[in-house]
Amino acid sequence: MSTPTLEKPVVPETIESFTVTFNIRRFNPELDEEPHWQDFDVQMYPTDRVLDALHKIKWEQDGSLSFRRSCAHGICGSDAMRINGRNRLACKTLIKDLDITKPVYVEAIKGLPLEKDLIVDMEPFFDSFKEIQPFLMSNVAATPGKERVQTVAQRERFDDTTKCILCAACTSSCPVFWTDGQYFGPAAIVNAHRFIFDSRDDNAAVRLDILNDQEGVWRCRTTFNCTEACPRGIQVTQAISEVKQAIMRGRA
Amino acid sequence: MPQSPAGTLTSQQKTSSRRPAGTLYRGREGMWSWVLHRITGVAIFFFLLVHILDTALVRVSPEAYNAVIAQYQTPLMGLGEVALVGAIVFHAFNGLRIILIDFWNAKYQKVMFYVVLGLWVVTMLAFVPRHLINVFSH
Repeated sequence: MSTPTLEKPVVPETIESFTVTFNIRRFNPELDEEPHWQDFDVQMYPTDRVLDALHKIKWEQDGSLSFRRSCAHGICGSDAMRINGRNRLACKTLIKDLDITKPVYVEAIKGLPLEKDLIVDMEPFFDSFKEIQPFLMSNVAATPGKERVQTVAQRERFDDTTKCILCAACTSSCPVFWTDGQYFGPAAIVNAHRFIFDSRDDNAAVRLDILNDQEGVWRCRTTFNCTEACPRGIQVTQAISEVKQAIMRGRA
Repeated sequence: MPQSPAGTLTSQQKTSSRRPAGTLYRGREGMWSWVLHRITGVAIFFFLLVHILDTALVRVSPEAYNAVIAQYQTPLMGLGEVALVGAIVFHAFNGLRIILIDFWNAKYQKVMFYVVLGLWVVTMLAFVPRHLINVFSH
């Protein structure tokens, strides 16, 4: 009879770590006239994320580094930033997916007023979001004690655009938005799409009217930067063109 | 571009609305096709402007018109025509791609971009040798 013995714990081979250089675009509104690049060397594992590097820098090297982050798991949408020239969530970008033989460039998202380091003023972004009335508006009250019934197909119709976390990666990747901050931007249109094509909502016409504006969907030049940038994989450009079609046909 | 400074930074008006220049945004096929579409579009617009002006010149004086048209037959202008046709061909094919994105399906935009480039190469291969023979044999 074998006596249960503790198996020798598998000694993990020492996981290799690398020195990664991060070039971060710093800006302190109280001291600086212009943003400037500053580089930091950080010891990183391939499984670490860019957010971990920012934490290491802030906690061990320079406590003045400012950035937003909340959940750190790709749901809250706080830490959208431009990593190596592309909008990404810092908490979803792994070191192993970056070319660490070269410095990793990290800077704030573009097109919104820079406040400090990696933090931008998100108000204009949320103003556009509010303008498209992102809430359910129904003309009929739900049967007391019952939910509003919807078929699987009706739910599927707008499933893609329910995934939005409002991180602004799409809007701040849009060349049209960079030059014209009045443009509603992909994120606002995605959230309008979510209600326009919801069978329970009765106010699609109002939202289509709002987006049939000079600064509405027709500003979209189909550059697909938003679709490439979306950390949730939403087909943003497709959603915008569906809204365009709905406006042309006059119905959702 | 929203220029309103952030609420807490009103004492630093000069810096609060600053836009970071930073790195060039690394967009992909969609963005570069748009950039090329813009550049070729503006170039074609200026060509048309000049073209309308030189044609209108015939109303002023036929001699001046002939002098200008003679300029067009120099080899330098012949090479310029290659660039003009290249711009128009790209703008035309990419325009069809954009129409298909809007009215058909946005899913195939990358494939369609490479199709546009392919059609551009084929068209230019057919046009450029024939055109240059004409330009340099006169």
